[in-house]
Amino acid sequence: MQYLISVIDNRTGSSTADEDAAIDAFNEQLVAGGHWVFAGGLSAPSDATVIDARGDGEPIFTDGPYLESKEHMAGFWVFEAPDLDVALKLAAAASKACNRRLEVRPFL
Amino acid sequence: MSDVQEAITRVHHEEWARVVASLTRRFGDLDIAEEAAAEAFATAVERWPADGVPPNPGAWLTTTANRRAIDRIRRESKRDDKQKEAQMSYDEPPEPLGVIDDERLRLIFTCCHPALAMETRVALTLRMIGGLTVPEIARGFLVQETAMGQRITRAKAKIKAAKIPYRVPAAEDLPGRVSGVLAVLFLVFNEGYLATGPDTDPVRQELTAEAIRLTRLIRALLPDDGEVAGLLALMLLIEARRTARVSATGELISLRDQDRGAWDTALVAEGHRLVRERLATRQPPGRYQILAAINAVHTSARDAADTDWSQVVALYDQLVRVDRSPIVALNRAIAVAELDGPEVALATIDRLDDKLSGYHAYHAARADLLRRLGRSQESRAAYDAAIELAENTAEVAYLSRRRDQLVS
Repeated sequence: MQYLISVIDNRTGSSTADEDAAIDAFNEQLVAGGHWVFAGGLSAPSDATVIDARGDGEPIFTDGPYLESKEHMAGFWVFEAPDLDVALKLAAAASKACNRRLEVRPFL
Repeated sequence: MSDVQEAITRVHHEEWARVVASLTRRFGDLDIAEEAAAEAFATAVERWPADGVPPNPGAWLTTTANRRAIDRIRRESKRDDKQKEAQMSYDEPPEPLGVIDDERLRLIFTCCHPALAMETRVALTLRMIGGLTVPEIARGFLVQETAMGQRITRAKAKIKAAKIPYRVPAAEDLPGRVSGVLAVLFLVFNEGYLATGPDTDPVRQELTAEAIRLTRLIRALLPDDGEVAGLLALMLLIEARRTARVSATGELISLRDQDRGAWDTALVAEGHRLVRERLATRQPPGRYQILAAINAVHTSARDAADTDWSQVVALYDQLVRVDRSPIVALNRAIAVAELDGPEVALATIDRLDDKLSGYHAYHAARADLLRRLGRSQESRAAYDAAIELAENTAEVAYLSRRRDQLVS
Protein backbone atom coordinates (compact mmCIF):
# COMPACT_ATOMS: atom_id res chain seq x y z
CA MET A 1 0.00 0.00 0.00
CA GLN A 2 1.36 3.42 -0.95
CA TYR A 3 0.50 6.83 0.49
CA LEU A 4 1.17 10.32 -0.84
CA ILE A 5 2.30 12.67 1.90
CA SER A 6 1.92 16.30 0.84
CA VAL A 7 3.83 18.99 2.69
CA ILE A 8 1.52 21.96 3.24
CA ASP A 9 3.14 25.40 3.20
CA ASN A 10 2.48 28.96 2.12
CA ARG A 11 6.04 29.40 0.87
CA THR A 12 8.45 27.29 -1.16
CA GLY A 13 12.04 26.29 -0.46
CA SER A 14 11.73 27.84 2.97
CA SER A 15 13.21 25.05 5.06
CA THR A 16 15.98 25.94 7.50
CA ALA A 17 19.29 24.08 7.79
CA ASP A 18 18.04 22.37 10.96
CA GLU A 19 14.88 21.23 9.19
CA ASP A 20 16.89 19.93 6.24
CA ALA A 21 19.10 17.91 8.60
CA ALA A 22 16.05 16.49 10.39
CA ILE A 23 14.47 15.57 7.03
CA ASP A 24 17.67 13.78 5.94
CA ALA A 25 17.76 11.80 9.18
CA PHE A 26 14.07 10.92 8.82
CA ASN A 27 14.61 9.80 5.21
CA GLU A 28 17.41 7.47 6.32
CA GLN A 29 14.97 5.88 8.78
CA LEU A 30 12.40 5.54 5.99
CA VAL A 31 14.90 3.68 3.83
CA ALA A 32 16.06 1.49 6.72
CA GLY A 33 12.44 0.58 7.58
CA GLY A 34 11.59 -0.28 3.97
CA HIS A 35 9.05 2.57 3.73
CA TRP A 36 10.91 4.76 1.24
CA VAL A 37 9.46 5.08 -2.26
CA PHE A 38 10.18 8.63 -3.33
CA ALA A 39 10.37 12.19 -2.01
CA GLY A 40 11.08 15.63 -3.33
CA GLY A 41 10.65 19.35 -2.82
CA LEU A 42 8.71 21.40 -5.37
CA SER A 43 9.37 24.87 -6.72
CA ALA A 44 6.83 27.69 -6.40
CA PRO A 45 3.27 27.18 -7.74
CA SER A 46 3.85 30.21 -9.96
CA ASP A 47 6.44 28.08 -11.82
CA ALA A 48 3.72 25.63 -12.85
CA THR A 49 2.15 25.27 -16.31
CA VAL A 50 -1.28 23.75 -16.92
CA ILE A 51 -1.62 21.67 -20.12
CA ASP A 52 -4.90 20.76 -21.79
CA ALA A 53 -4.63 18.46 -24.81
CA ARG A 54 -8.12 16.98 -24.53
CA GLY A 55 -9.57 18.53 -27.71
CA ASP A 56 -8.66 17.93 -31.35
CA GLY A 57 -6.52 21.03 -31.73
CA GLU A 58 -3.09 21.96 -30.43
CA PRO A 59 -2.45 21.48 -26.64
CA ILE A 60 -3.25 24.62 -24.66
CA PHE A 61 -0.63 25.82 -22.16
CA THR A 62 -1.63 28.08 -19.30
CA ASP A 63 0.88 29.84 -17.11
CA GLY A 64 0.49 29.20 -13.36
CA PRO A 65 -1.06 26.51 -11.12
CA TYR A 66 -4.48 24.90 -11.73
CA LEU A 67 -5.60 26.07 -8.34
CA GLU A 68 -4.87 29.40 -6.70
CA SER A 69 -4.69 28.99 -2.96
CA LYS A 70 -3.00 30.47 0.07
CA GLU A 71 -1.39 27.14 0.93
CA HIS A 72 -0.02 24.62 -1.52
CA MET A 73 2.01 21.45 -1.81
CA ALA A 74 5.62 22.48 -1.22
CA GLY A 75 6.99 18.94 -1.39
CA PHE A 76 5.95 15.34 -0.93
CA TRP A 77 6.86 11.84 0.11
CA VAL A 78 5.53 8.55 -1.16
CA PHE A 79 5.55 5.97 1.65
CA GLU A 80 5.20 2.24 1.41
CA ALA A 81 3.20 1.13 4.47
CA PRO A 82 1.01 -1.87 5.31
CA ASP A 83 -1.90 0.27 6.59
CA LEU A 84 -2.97 3.76 7.60
CA ASP A 85 -1.81 3.38 11.21
CA VAL A 86 1.77 2.85 10.06
CA ALA A 87 1.45 5.65 7.49
CA LEU A 88 0.12 8.05 10.13
CA LYS A 89 2.94 7.22 12.53
CA LEU A 90 5.53 7.86 9.82
CA ALA A 91 3.73 11.03 8.79
CA ALA A 92 3.76 12.29 12.37
CA ALA A 93 7.54 11.80 12.44
CA ALA A 94 7.81 13.48 9.02
CA SER A 95 5.77 16.47 10.19
CA LYS A 96 8.09 16.85 13.18
CA ALA A 97 11.17 16.56 10.95
CA CYS A 98 10.12 19.09 8.32
CA ASN A 99 8.21 21.25 10.80
CA ARG A 100 5.17 21.58 8.51
CA ARG A 101 1.60 20.26 8.39
CA LEU A 102 1.13 17.23 6.16
CA GLU A 103 -1.71 15.55 4.32
CA VAL A 104 -1.77 11.75 3.97
CA ARG A 105 -3.67 10.38 1.01
CA PRO A 106 -3.77 6.77 -0.15
CA PHE A 107 -3.04 5.73 -3.72
CA LEU A 108 -5.81 3.78 -5.44
CA MET B 1 -44.46 -8.58 22.00
CA SER B 2 -44.40 -12.31 21.23
CA ASP B 3 -41.71 -14.57 22.66
CA VAL B 4 -40.07 -14.91 19.25
CA GLN B 5 -40.00 -11.14 18.71
CA GLU B 6 -38.49 -10.68 22.15
CA ALA B 7 -35.90 -13.33 21.36
CA ILE B 8 -35.04 -11.58 18.08
CA THR B 9 -34.61 -8.23 19.86
CA ARG B 10 -32.42 -9.85 22.50
CA VAL B 11 -30.33 -11.75 19.97
CA HIS B 12 -29.95 -8.56 17.92
CA HIS B 13 -28.54 -6.78 20.99
CA GLU B 14 -26.26 -9.65 21.89
CA GLU B 15 -25.10 -10.87 18.51
CA TRP B 16 -25.12 -7.97 16.04
CA ALA B 17 -21.59 -6.73 16.76
CA ARG B 18 -20.26 -10.29 16.88
CA VAL B 19 -21.72 -11.13 13.46
CA VAL B 20 -20.46 -7.89 11.86
CA ALA B 21 -17.05 -8.33 13.45
CA SER B 22 -16.60 -11.94 12.40
CA LEU B 23 -17.66 -11.16 8.82
CA THR B 24 -15.38 -8.13 8.66
CA ARG B 25 -12.53 -10.35 9.75
CA ARG B 26 -13.37 -13.00 7.21
CA PHE B 27 -14.10 -10.81 4.19
CA GLY B 28 -11.99 -7.76 5.05
CA ASP B 29 -14.82 -5.43 4.06
CA LEU B 30 -17.08 -3.51 6.46
CA ASP B 31 -19.66 -2.83 3.79
CA ILE B 32 -20.13 -6.50 2.94
CA ALA B 33 -20.17 -7.41 6.64
CA GLU B 34 -22.80 -4.82 7.51
CA GLU B 35 -25.08 -5.67 4.61
CA ALA B 36 -24.85 -9.42 5.12
CA ALA B 37 -25.47 -9.09 8.87
CA ALA B 38 -28.55 -6.95 8.20
CA GLU B 39 -29.83 -9.52 5.69
CA ALA B 40 -29.26 -12.37 8.15
CA PHE B 41 -31.31 -10.60 10.82
CA ALA B 42 -34.04 -9.84 8.27
CA THR B 43 -34.11 -13.56 7.42
CA ALA B 44 -34.42 -14.38 11.12
CA VAL B 45 -37.39 -12.02 11.45
CA GLU B 46 -39.00 -13.83 8.50
CA ARG B 47 -38.22 -17.40 9.47
CA TRP B 48 -38.03 -17.71 13.25
CA PRO B 49 -41.74 -17.09 13.95
CA ALA B 50 -42.55 -20.18 11.84
CA ASP B 51 -39.42 -22.31 12.34
CA GLY B 52 -38.75 -21.40 15.97
CA VAL B 53 -35.62 -19.78 17.42
CA PRO B 54 -32.59 -21.98 16.59
CA PRO B 55 -30.73 -23.53 19.54
CA ASN B 56 -27.64 -21.41 18.86
CA PRO B 57 -28.99 -18.16 17.37
CA GLY B 58 -25.55 -16.53 17.09
CA ALA B 59 -24.13 -19.41 15.05
CA TRP B 60 -27.27 -19.51 12.87
CA LEU B 61 -26.95 -15.77 12.16
CA THR B 62 -23.22 -15.97 11.42
CA THR B 63 -23.72 -18.88 9.03
CA THR B 64 -26.64 -17.16 7.28
CA ALA B 65 -24.71 -13.88 7.03
CA ASN B 66 -21.65 -15.71 5.68
CA ARG B 67 -23.78 -17.25 2.91
CA ARG B 68 -25.24 -13.86 2.04
CA ALA B 69 -21.78 -12.31 1.90
CA ILE B 70 -20.47 -15.09 -0.34
CA ASP B 71 -23.50 -14.68 -2.63
CA ARG B 72 -22.78 -10.98 -2.95
CA ILE B 73 -19.07 -11.52 -3.62
CA ARG B 74 -19.89 -14.12 -6.29
CA ARG B 75 -22.36 -11.73 -7.89
CA GLU B 76 -19.83 -8.92 -7.88
CA SER B 77 -16.84 -10.99 -8.90
CA LYS B 78 -18.58 -11.79 -12.16
CA ARG B 79 -18.38 -8.08 -12.84
CA ASP B 80 -15.19 -7.25 -10.99
CA ASP B 81 -12.02 -9.30 -10.75
CA LYS B 82 -10.77 -7.24 -7.81
CA GLN B 83 -13.04 -9.24 -5.52
CA LYS B 84 -11.22 -12.49 -6.32
CA GLU B 85 -8.98 -12.10 -3.32
CA ALA B 86 -11.94 -11.89 -0.98
CA GLN B 87 -13.64 -14.72 -2.82
CA MET B 88 -10.71 -17.02 -2.04
CA SER B 89 -10.67 -16.27 1.64
CA TYR B 90 -14.17 -17.55 2.38
CA ASP B 91 -12.99 -21.14 2.10
CA GLU B 92 -10.94 -20.73 5.25
CA PRO B 93 -12.36 -22.56 8.28
CA PRO B 94 -14.28 -20.27 10.65
CA GLU B 95 -12.32 -18.78 13.55
CA PRO B 96 -12.50 -20.65 16.87
CA LEU B 97 -15.06 -19.01 19.16
CA GLY B 98 -12.52 -17.72 21.68
CA VAL B 99 -11.12 -14.96 19.49
CA ILE B 100 -14.50 -13.57 18.46
CA ASP B 101 -14.61 -11.15 21.37
CA ASP B 102 -11.32 -9.82 20.14
CA GLU B 103 -12.94 -9.24 16.80
CA ARG B 104 -15.57 -6.99 18.32
CA LEU B 105 -12.76 -5.04 19.92
CA ARG B 106 -11.02 -4.71 16.55
CA LEU B 107 -14.27 -3.44 15.07
CA ILE B 108 -14.62 -0.83 17.82
CA PHE B 109 -11.11 0.49 17.21
CA THR B 110 -11.73 0.68 13.47
CA CYS B 111 -15.00 2.59 13.95
CA CYS B 112 -13.37 5.01 16.43
CA HIS B 113 -10.21 5.57 14.37
CA PRO B 114 -8.65 9.00 14.88
CA ALA B 115 -8.44 9.57 11.09
CA LEU B 116 -12.27 9.74 11.03
CA ALA B 117 -14.20 12.85 12.08
CA MET B 118 -15.78 12.63 15.53
CA GLU B 119 -19.36 12.67 14.22
CA THR B 120 -18.42 9.91 11.77
CA ARG B 121 -16.96 7.79 14.58
CA VAL B 122 -20.17 8.19 16.56
CA ALA B 123 -22.34 7.19 13.58
CA LEU B 124 -20.17 4.20 12.63
CA THR B 125 -19.98 2.93 16.20
CA LEU B 126 -23.75 3.08 16.63
CA ARG B 127 -24.28 1.31 13.29
CA MET B 128 -21.55 -1.36 13.36
CA ILE B 129 -21.30 -2.08 17.09
CA GLY B 130 -24.69 -0.92 18.36
CA GLY B 131 -26.66 -2.28 15.41
CA LEU B 132 -28.83 0.85 15.23
CA THR B 133 -30.32 1.48 11.79
CA VAL B 134 -29.38 4.55 9.77
CA PRO B 135 -32.83 6.16 10.38
CA GLU B 136 -32.44 5.54 14.13
CA ILE B 137 -29.01 7.18 14.20
CA ALA B 138 -30.26 10.08 12.05
CA ARG B 139 -33.13 10.64 14.50
CA GLY B 140 -30.72 10.39 17.44
CA PHE B 141 -28.61 13.25 16.11
CA LEU B 142 -31.35 15.21 14.34
CA VAL B 143 -29.87 14.99 10.87
CA GLN B 144 -31.48 13.91 7.61
CA GLU B 145 -31.50 10.19 6.96
CA THR B 146 -29.81 10.63 3.58
CA ALA B 147 -27.05 12.77 5.11
CA MET B 148 -26.45 10.16 7.83
CA GLY B 149 -26.44 7.39 5.23
CA GLN B 150 -23.86 9.28 3.17
CA ARG B 151 -21.70 9.91 6.23
CA ILE B 152 -21.57 6.18 6.95
CA THR B 153 -21.01 5.26 3.29
CA ARG B 154 -18.13 7.76 2.97
CA ALA B 155 -16.58 6.44 6.19
CA LYS B 156 -16.69 2.86 4.93
CA ALA B 157 -15.12 4.00 1.65
CA LYS B 158 -12.31 5.81 3.50
CA ILE B 159 -11.63 2.83 5.76
CA LYS B 160 -11.25 0.67 2.66
CA ALA B 161 -9.31 3.12 0.45
CA ALA B 162 -6.91 4.40 3.13
CA LYS B 163 -6.62 0.93 4.66
CA ILE B 164 -7.60 1.83 8.19
CA PRO B 165 -6.56 -1.39 9.93
CA TYR B 166 -8.87 -3.87 11.58
CA ARG B 167 -6.93 -4.70 14.69
CA VAL B 168 -6.41 -3.91 18.34
CA PRO B 169 -3.70 -1.21 18.57
CA ALA B 170 -0.24 -2.02 19.93
CA ALA B 171 0.18 -1.74 23.71
CA GLU B 172 1.97 1.63 23.47
CA ASP B 173 -0.89 3.15 21.45
CA LEU B 174 -3.68 1.49 23.43
CA PRO B 175 -4.34 4.10 26.17
CA GLY B 176 -4.72 6.90 23.60
CA ARG B 177 -6.94 4.82 21.35
CA VAL B 178 -9.12 3.57 24.23
CA SER B 179 -9.55 7.14 25.35
CA GLY B 180 -10.75 7.96 21.80
CA VAL B 181 -13.33 5.15 22.01
CA LEU B 182 -14.51 6.38 25.42
CA ALA B 183 -14.88 9.93 24.06
CA VAL B 184 -17.25 8.58 21.38
CA LEU B 185 -19.34 6.71 23.97
CA PHE B 186 -19.45 9.66 26.36
CA LEU B 187 -20.59 11.92 23.52
CA VAL B 188 -23.46 9.52 22.74
CA PHE B 189 -24.34 9.40 26.44
CA ASN B 190 -24.25 13.17 26.85
CA GLU B 191 -26.45 13.73 23.83
CA GLY B 192 -28.98 11.44 25.50
CA TYR B 193 -28.56 12.94 28.95
CA LEU B 194 -28.73 16.58 27.85
CA ALA B 195 -30.44 16.34 24.48
CA THR B 196 -30.06 19.47 22.38
CA GLY B 197 -32.71 21.07 20.21
CA PRO B 198 -36.09 22.71 20.79
CA ASP B 199 -38.17 19.80 19.47
CA THR B 200 -36.58 16.87 21.31
CA ASP B 201 -37.33 15.28 24.63
CA PRO B 202 -34.99 16.70 27.30
CA VAL B 203 -33.62 13.22 28.02
CA ARG B 204 -33.20 10.68 25.22
CA GLN B 205 -33.15 7.42 27.09
CA GLU B 206 -32.43 5.37 23.96
CA LEU B 207 -29.07 7.15 23.63
CA THR B 208 -28.03 6.91 27.29
CA ALA B 209 -29.06 3.24 27.35
CA GLU B 210 -27.12 2.47 24.16
CA ALA B 211 -24.02 4.27 25.46
CA ILE B 212 -24.17 2.28 28.69
CA ARG B 213 -24.70 -0.99 26.83
CA LEU B 214 -21.66 -0.34 24.59
CA THR B 215 -19.52 0.76 27.54
CA ARG B 216 -20.47 -2.46 29.34
CA LEU B 217 -19.33 -4.36 26.26
CA ILE B 218 -15.97 -2.57 26.23
CA ARG B 219 -15.65 -3.16 29.95
CA ALA B 220 -16.17 -6.90 29.34
CA LEU B 221 -13.49 -6.81 26.62
CA LEU B 222 -11.00 -4.64 28.57
CA PRO B 223 -11.74 -5.51 32.22
CA ASP B 224 -8.46 -4.12 33.57
CA ASP B 225 -8.75 -0.67 32.02
CA GLY B 226 -9.40 1.86 34.79
CA GLU B 227 -10.86 4.55 32.57
CA VAL B 228 -13.35 2.13 30.99
CA ALA B 229 -14.53 1.19 34.49
CA GLY B 230 -14.55 4.88 35.41
CA LEU B 231 -16.69 5.88 32.44
CA LEU B 232 -19.14 3.05 33.09
CA ALA B 233 -19.43 4.05 36.75
CA LEU B 234 -19.91 7.70 35.76
CA MET B 235 -22.68 6.85 33.29
CA LEU B 236 -24.45 4.56 35.79
CA LEU B 237 -24.37 7.18 38.56
CA ILE B 238 -25.80 9.82 36.21
CA GLU B 239 -28.35 7.44 34.71
CA ALA B 240 -29.48 6.45 38.22
CA ARG B 241 -30.80 10.01 38.69
CA ARG B 242 -32.52 10.21 35.30
CA THR B 243 -36.15 9.98 36.39
CA ALA B 244 -35.56 12.42 39.26
CA ARG B 245 -33.86 14.96 36.99
CA VAL B 246 -36.86 16.23 35.02
CA SER B 247 -40.21 17.24 36.55
CA ALA B 248 -43.63 16.15 35.27
CA THR B 249 -43.88 19.55 33.57
CA GLY B 250 -40.58 19.02 31.73
CA GLU B 251 -38.39 21.22 33.89
CA LEU B 252 -34.87 20.32 34.98
CA ILE B 253 -34.59 19.62 38.71
CA SER B 254 -31.21 20.53 40.16
CA LEU B 255 -29.27 17.94 42.15
CA ARG B 256 -30.07 19.89 45.33
CA ASP B 257 -33.84 19.62 44.81
CA GLN B 258 -34.08 16.09 43.44
CA ASP B 259 -36.19 13.46 45.20
CA ARG B 260 -33.38 11.12 46.17
CA GLY B 261 -35.88 8.36 46.86
CA ALA B 262 -36.55 8.27 43.11
CA TRP B 263 -32.95 7.41 42.27
CA ASP B 264 -32.30 3.94 40.90
CA THR B 265 -30.62 2.23 43.86
CA ALA B 266 -29.38 -0.73 41.79
CA LEU B 267 -27.52 1.57 39.38
CA VAL B 268 -26.15 3.65 42.27
CA ALA B 269 -24.89 0.47 43.97
CA GLU B 270 -23.26 -0.79 40.77
CA GLY B 271 -21.60 2.60 40.17
CA HIS B 272 -20.31 2.71 43.75
CA ARG B 273 -18.98 -0.83 43.44
CA LEU B 274 -16.98 0.14 40.33
CA VAL B 275 -15.59 3.27 42.01
CA ARG B 276 -14.50 1.22 45.04
CA GLU B 277 -12.95 -1.40 42.77
CA ARG B 278 -10.82 1.30 41.10
CA LEU B 279 -9.84 2.89 44.43
CA ALA B 280 -8.66 -0.53 45.63
CA THR B 281 -6.17 -0.80 42.73
CA ARG B 282 -4.33 2.29 44.06
CA GLN B 283 -3.46 3.22 40.49
CA PRO B 284 -3.58 6.94 39.66
CA PRO B 285 -7.09 7.63 38.30
CA GLY B 286 -7.84 9.29 34.96
CA ARG B 287 -10.56 11.88 34.40
CA TYR B 288 -13.50 9.48 34.07
CA GLN B 289 -12.56 7.73 37.32
CA ILE B 290 -12.33 11.06 39.14
CA LEU B 291 -15.65 12.24 37.67
CA ALA B 292 -17.21 8.94 38.75
CA ALA B 293 -15.79 9.42 42.27
CA ILE B 294 -17.34 12.93 42.41
CA ASN B 295 -20.69 11.46 41.41
CA ALA B 296 -20.23 8.72 43.99
CA VAL B 297 -19.89 11.39 46.70
CA HIS B 298 -23.11 13.07 45.53
CA THR B 299 -25.02 9.80 45.36
CA SER B 300 -23.79 8.77 48.84
CA ALA B 301 -25.43 11.78 50.50
CA ARG B 302 -28.88 11.23 52.01
CA ASP B 303 -29.84 14.80 51.10
CA ALA B 304 -28.11 17.81 49.55
CA ALA B 305 -27.13 19.23 52.95
CA ASP B 306 -25.42 15.95 53.81
CA THR B 307 -23.02 16.23 50.81
CA ASP B 308 -19.33 16.00 51.70
CA TRP B 309 -18.29 19.14 49.79
CA SER B 310 -14.70 19.10 51.01
CA GLN B 311 -14.37 15.66 49.42
CA VAL B 312 -15.96 16.96 46.20
CA VAL B 313 -13.56 19.92 46.06
CA ALA B 314 -10.58 17.65 46.79
CA LEU B 315 -11.60 15.43 43.87
CA TYR B 316 -11.97 18.48 41.60
CA ASP B 317 -8.47 19.56 42.65
CA GLN B 318 -7.28 16.15 41.47
CA LEU B 319 -9.28 16.49 38.25
CA VAL B 320 -7.81 19.91 37.48
CA ARG B 321 -4.38 18.28 37.47
CA VAL B 322 -5.31 15.79 34.72
CA ASP B 323 -7.81 17.94 32.80
CA ARG B 324 -6.99 21.63 32.36
CA SER B 325 -10.25 22.44 30.60
CA PRO B 326 -12.03 25.64 31.77
CA ILE B 327 -15.24 23.60 32.16
CA VAL B 328 -13.55 21.58 34.91
CA ALA B 329 -12.44 24.84 36.54
CA LEU B 330 -16.06 26.06 36.36
CA ASN B 331 -17.43 22.92 38.02
CA ARG B 332 -14.76 23.10 40.69
CA ALA B 333 -15.78 26.69 41.45
CA ILE B 334 -19.43 25.62 41.79
CA ALA B 335 -18.35 23.09 44.45
CA VAL B 336 -16.15 25.71 46.12
CA ALA B 337 -19.24 27.91 46.54
CA GLU B 338 -20.72 25.27 48.86
CA LEU B 339 -17.57 25.18 50.95
CA ASP B 340 -16.22 28.78 50.94
CA GLY B 341 -19.31 30.73 49.91
CA PRO B 342 -20.58 32.29 46.67
CA GLU B 343 -18.25 35.29 46.71
CA VAL B 344 -15.07 33.22 46.49
CA ALA B 345 -16.61 31.06 43.75
CA LEU B 346 -17.80 34.06 41.74
CA ALA B 347 -14.31 35.59 41.75
CA THR B 348 -12.93 32.35 40.28
CA ILE B 349 -15.70 32.01 37.71
CA ASP B 350 -15.36 35.61 36.51
CA ARG B 351 -11.77 34.85 35.55
CA LEU B 352 -13.06 32.22 33.08
CA ASP B 353 -15.09 34.74 31.09
CA ASP B 354 -12.84 34.88 28.01
CA LYS B 355 -12.92 31.10 27.62
CA LEU B 356 -16.51 30.28 28.59
CA SER B 357 -18.65 33.27 27.64
CA GLY B 358 -20.27 31.17 24.89
CA TYR B 359 -21.19 28.33 27.24
CA HIS B 360 -24.64 28.37 28.88
CA ALA B 361 -23.52 26.61 32.08
CA TYR B 362 -21.02 29.42 32.76
CA HIS B 363 -23.80 32.02 32.76
CA ALA B 364 -26.15 29.73 34.69
CA ALA B 365 -23.52 29.26 37.43
CA ARG B 366 -22.87 33.02 37.59
CA ALA B 367 -26.60 33.74 37.72
CA ASP B 368 -27.03 31.40 40.68
CA LEU B 369 -24.07 32.85 42.60
CA LEU B 370 -25.18 36.44 41.93
CA ARG B 371 -28.70 35.50 43.11
CA ARG B 372 -27.27 34.10 46.33
CA LEU B 373 -25.31 37.32 46.82
CA GLY B 374 -28.48 39.37 46.41
CA ARG B 375 -27.25 41.02 43.20
CA SER B 376 -30.59 40.51 41.42
CA GLN B 377 -30.06 42.74 38.43
CA GLU B 378 -26.76 41.15 37.43
CA SER B 379 -28.24 37.75 38.14
CA ARG B 380 -31.14 38.44 35.78
CA ALA B 381 -28.74 39.43 32.99
CA ALA B 382 -26.74 36.24 33.55
CA TYR B 383 -29.92 34.12 33.45
CA ASP B 384 -30.87 35.84 30.19
CA ALA B 385 -27.47 34.96 28.70
CA ALA B 386 -27.75 31.35 29.92
CA ILE B 387 -31.28 30.93 28.49
CA GLU B 388 -30.16 32.40 25.18
CA LEU B 389 -27.36 29.80 24.90
CA ALA B 390 -29.04 26.74 26.47
CA GLU B 391 -30.20 24.11 24.00
CA ASN B 392 -31.96 21.66 26.31
CA THR B 393 -35.68 22.32 26.76
CA ALA B 394 -35.77 21.23 30.42
CA GLU B 395 -32.82 23.44 31.23
CA VAL B 396 -34.41 26.46 29.52
CA ALA B 397 -37.60 25.88 31.54
CA TYR B 398 -35.62 25.65 34.80
CA LEU B 399 -33.51 28.75 34.10
CA SER B 400 -36.56 30.77 33.05
CA ARG B 401 -38.38 29.97 36.29
CA ARG B 402 -35.35 30.85 38.41
CA ARG B 403 -35.00 34.15 36.56
CA ASP B 404 -38.67 34.99 37.00
CA GLN B 405 -38.44 34.27 40.75
CA LEU B 406 -35.80 36.97 41.24
CA VAL B 407 -36.91 39.88 43.37
CA SER B 408 -36.18 43.02 41.43
